[in-house]
Parts: sequence; structure tokens; C-alpha cells
Amino acid sequence: MTVAATRTTTTAKLLSHPLNAWYAAGWDHEITSRGILSRTVAGRPLALYRTEDGRAVALADACWHRLAPLSQGRLVGRDEIQCPYHGLRYNAAGRCTSMPAQETLNPSATVPSFPVLERHRYVWVWLGDPTLADPALLPDMHQMDSREWAGDGETIHAPCNYQLVLDNLMDLTHEEFVHSSSIGQDELSEAEFETTHDEHSVTVTRWMRNIDAPPFWRKNMRDKFPGFEGKVDRWQIIHYYFPSTICIDVGVAEAGTGAPEGDRSRGVNGYVMNTITPETDRSCHYFWAFMRNYRLESQLITTQLRNGVHGVFGEDEAMLQAQQAAIDANPDHEFYNLNIDMGGMWVRRLLERALEAEGRPAAVPSAAPGA
Amino acid sequence: MADSHHPVWQNAVVVAVEDVAAGIRRIVLRPELPRPTRPGEHVDVRVLIDGAPAVRSYSVVDGTHGGGQLAISVFRTPASRGGSVFMHSLEPGQLLEITQPLQNFPLRVGAPSYVLLAGGIGITAIAGMAALLRRLGAEYRLVYVGRSRAAMAYLDELSALHGDRLRAHVDDEGGALDVQALVDGVAQDAELYMCGPIRLMDAVRRAWAERGLDRTGLRYETFGNSGWFEAEPFVVRIPRLGVEAVVGSDESMLEALEREGVDMMSDCRKGECGLCQVKILDRDARIDHRDVFYSDRQKEPGTAMCCCVSRAVSAAPTTTSGARPRAVLTIDVP
Repeated sequence: MTVAATRTTTTAKLLSHPLNAWYAAGWDHEITSRGILSRTVAGRPLALYRTEDGRAVALADACWHRLAPLSQGRLVGRDEIQCPYHGLRYNAAGRCTSMPAQETLNPSATVPSFPVLERHRYVWVWLGDPTLADPALLPDMHQMDSREWAGDGETIHAPCNYQLVLDNLMDLTHEEFVHSSSIGQDELSEAEFETTHDEHSVTVTRWMRNIDAPPFWRKNMRDKFPGFEGKVDRWQIIHYYFPSTICIDVGVAEAGTGAPEGDRSRGVNGYVMNTITPETDRSCHYFWAFMRNYRLESQLITTQLRNGVHGVFGEDEAMLQAQQAAIDANPDHEFYNLNIDMGGMWVRRLLERALEAEGRPAAVPSAAPGA
Repeated sequence: MADSHHPVWQNAVVVAVEDVAAGIRRIVLRPELPRPTRPGEHVDVRVLIDGAPAVRSYSVVDGTHGGGQLAISVFRTPASRGGSVFMHSLEPGQLLEITQPLQNFPLRVGAPSYVLLAGGIGITAIAGMAALLRRLGAEYRLVYVGRSRAAMAYLDELSALHGDRLRAHVDDEGGALDVQALVDGVAQDAELYMCGPIRLMDAVRRAWAERGLDRTGLRYETFGNSGWFEAEPFVVRIPRLGVEAVVGSDESMLEALEREGVDMMSDCRKGECGLCQVKILDRDARIDHRDVFYSDRQKEPGTAMCCCVSRAVSAAPTTTSGARPRAVLTIDVP
């Protein structure tokens, strides 16, 4: 008997990343006109800086001449970067403006300058075909710089393939086991969830009704409603946006006050903003922030929430690192899928389709771990 | 995706040939390692000149989606490099060795406005840029200069595609291009991309510099095959090595010296890098500087030249018999 190969989505252990996409290269405040930030985005080393008039620039971090890293050079003039080795200069468009020991410029002397956008407190770069770099494709992270939301975040340098982070965020049943002291509770793995998708996004919705608020949420409720006691309705609505942004609408409201039907006035609402930028096949820059839409004036709450989430995400980071190590240590073992992976599997399928459209394989060709 | 500078050689089948203007033949190739092409790219092609192998570069005019087929167009120039004669001899079904597309003339996406300037066969490098800018909805003008309509490849197609954005200047219709006016009309932050004969490009370069426009906004590509004078055979001597060679009109001085066994240093072979420069010890000739490595100030005394593209031409007047003595160069090499 033969069995037809009918799988429509693979479960690659090391997923490749699309190039025709916007990736966050850094926080807005990390990229300045006073120095050059060296950062690898989607496998491409970049020299990131700002021009004198504040425009962010992303150049390939290798001089045209002998590939010395431009990020070790210096900024000169209005928008130029000077190679630390032989002093060649390039402008923001990546064109050489000065070469040593000659009166002319070789017309071929350029370094790639990538399309850049600054929005939602991040500087985004597009490393693929520049003719496809449409600002409308930027993921919706409007809570990051809206008057109706306040908060802050950090960056995790996660030692794992970026897709493991997406898996982590698309299925929050892990909270019960990884984050038992803060946001975990038994109801997480018991509650039903619903998954929907379109061409660019995937949504996973989970409601837990009439439950005790875990410590993190009891504190938040009391920030808005001092002395709050009692049961809550809790929600987690996970919004994935291609290629690697996940914004999670989270919150609790006094049980039975209509939150599942749309009235959240007796509750607290946060948005966990995550955008994950592949660095190498086995590492990524994980930019996150926790935004809230209550007590906007309180820097104390902003700091407490940032520190609290920092602790929670530290638990994830440790798990992701251990998981990547186990993946590399068990090259002959495959991934298997559970019902809870529904959201993550849709994410994989969107990423695989994008990779296929770029003519690239979904799985990173297997190589020695630690590459 | 990086611009490609690394040559990957492959076979390509000639799918079709078609004359698209006087002396210009369009050659459609099917490469065995297809790759999408981008405006400004060229392929290097192995050609045979009098039975000897040589490499020539041709801009990719257009390609099918994914690069399964790509077209080049070759102007037959019997007076200069012999590659074009070979290329015009190709017939469908023949096999050719070419590189995957190489990029030395990238179009930057996102400039506020563009002027594209093509002279003659230079349209092969520019047509794809115009098509892309049109698709992107960019602000652009296409200026196409030629000797006569019959000699201007793709003119009808370009006119249909670009409408009012195309301005054709046809010499024999009295429509010669006023370079000064063209450059004066360029917006301060515009980028100008050009490919064409050296006289045209040099005039634009001068006007650009005089106006004080940002010199990185002027983009051009030259394969060093256009000069101030017709190519003619000349004699080159290297006394220190006891070498004397005749440089044919269809080869470069660098190629001739290599043929004679001189250990020459060179890299780009199109007059950009300066590695092939030689010292001129004595000359009974004018130097036809075809490179973009030396500044005008450095070219003027005629004491050095880039031997990959630059040539010598006779300084002597034509005799009554119509013949001219050959130019003679005495040089030394590093």
C-alpha cells in the first residue's frame, strides 16, 4: 500500500525568512547621527545611522573596495560614512563620493543602500527587491505611538531561529507551564480557541470566563480599580502580521460585565507588541513592548509593566535557547504538531508561500549547528 | 538580494534573432541557469574574433519573468571591436557561453525624479530602466538621441510605452540634442542615468559639473567601446622588453600586449579602475582617451593611458594617396 504525500505545510525545524518584507532593524533611539550601529538583519550585516537632517540610513556593512566594515568608520558631512580602512566615502544612497589617490570616481563604486521606513518607534528595512518595498506592507503596530496607549519595551537577542519565537507567541498555552508565577493558570490549556487567517495575517482568539485573575492581572485591575476583588473574564487575541510581527490584545474585565460582547469598560486592556527580526538562521532580534490604554499618565505603571514583562520574557528566552540547543542536538528527530499549533501552522504556511514566491526553499539547508 | 558582480558562466541557446534597426540585431537567449533580470544589468559573452576567444559585454534589454529568456541587442561596428561581427553571425539553435546577468549600473529606486538619456545603442541599457520607472509610477523623462530614425532601435515601442515622457532627438531631422539645455533643465535632486557615445556623455559630464550638481546624481555606464576617433590600427613598442606589436582596430592595446606575452595587470577592462595604466615614453600619435579613470587634467598631457580601452590615432595628415602613416606609441608597463 502506498500513502500519498498530502502535507500542505512542512514543519521545518529551521525556517528560512522572506526577504521581500519589512523587518525592524532597531528602535528609533538606537539609530543616531552621532555613531554607526552595526547590526545583522535577515543575514545581512548593516551599517545603520542617521543623516544630519535625521533621516535613517541602512547601508550594507562592507566597503565596495575590500569589504572592510563601514560600521567601524565614521560619519562625515551631511549624510556620508567613511570607510575606516582606506577612507572611501559613501553617501546615504550608497554612492562613493571620494576615493583615495585619484581625481575621479569609479562609476561602479557603490554599496547597497536599502529602503528604510521609520514608524511605530522602529526603523524598518527592506532587504529584498527594492521595487516591491511598499510602505503599506508595514505591519500594524499603531499602539506603539498612539495618544491612546502608553508603555515601553526592550530587545531580546534570542539565540534561536525566529520561527520558534513566532510559535511561542502564537500558542499561549505554554504560559501555564513556563510562566506559572505571573500569568499562567490552568484555564489557559483548558479554554477553547478560535483561529482565522487571511493572506497576510492570522488571528487566534481565546476567552476564559469567570476565572480568578492571575497575579499579573490582579495587580493591573487594582491599578485601575483600586481594591478590586472577584472573578474576571480574561482574553487573549493574538494578531500575527506577515512576516514576523505579533500583537496580542490581552486583558481581563470584571466577570459578567460584557467584555466578550465588546464592553471592556470594567476591565484593563494591554497590547503585547512583538516584532521579531531574523539575524542568522539561529538567532533573532526580538523587539517587544507592553502598551496599555489606562492610567496613561503613570510612568510608575509603565516601568512596572516593562519590568514585569521583562521577567516573563526572560523565562521564554531560556526555553527558546534550550529548545534550539535540543533541536541542534537531535538532528534526526522531527517536529510533530498538536492541535494547539493551529495558529503557528498558519503562520508557517504564509511564510512558506512567501518563500516559494521568492524562489527560495522554506527550510534552511541543514548545516553544522552554531553556523 | 545583492547586486551581482560575480560572474557565473553558463550556456545559453539562441532562441531568435531579429534586426531591430539599421545595423542592430536583437538576440534572444535562453540561459540554462535563469535568474530574474534587473535594469542596468549586462551579460558577458564569450565571442570569437578571427577564431580567437574574447569576452564582450552587452546590456540586457529585457527578459521574461524569472529570466527564462533574455534579450540583448548588438550594434555591428566593423570598424571597432570584432565581437559584434561574431554576434551578428549567430543563428537560432546555436549555443553561446554567457554569464548570469551582472550589475554595474543599478537604478536606485526612490529618487525624487529621473532623467534617462540614451544615445544610439546605449538605449539597450536604458530601456529597462524606463520600463521599471513607468511601472513604479516614478517621475521620469526619457531622452533618446540617434543619427536617424532607421538607426534607432525600439523607437516605436518606446514611443508607445512612454508617450510624452519620451523625447527623441534625431540628428538627420535637425533635432540634435542641446546638452546644455538638457542639463540646465534637470531638477536639483534628480538623478540622470546615461549610456551612449563618449562625446555625448562627456558633454553631459561637463555641463553637470559646471552647474555644480551633486556628482553622485550622474550615473553612467561605459564599456569603453566608444571613442573620440574611429578605431584604427597602431603600433605599440615597449623598448625595455623588446616588444613591438600592431594593435588591430578590433582589439584593445591590452589584448594585443597580452597576445605578445607581456605580463599585464588589469581588472575592469572598461576604463574605470586604473589598474591597466601604462606610461607613455614617446608618441607619434594622438591619444584617444576612452576611460573614465583619469580626470581631464590628467588626460591632457598624454603621458599615461588606460590601455584596456584607450587608443592611439595618427596625428599625421592624410597624404594625397589617402593613406596615413600608422600611429606609434612607445610605452613602459609596471
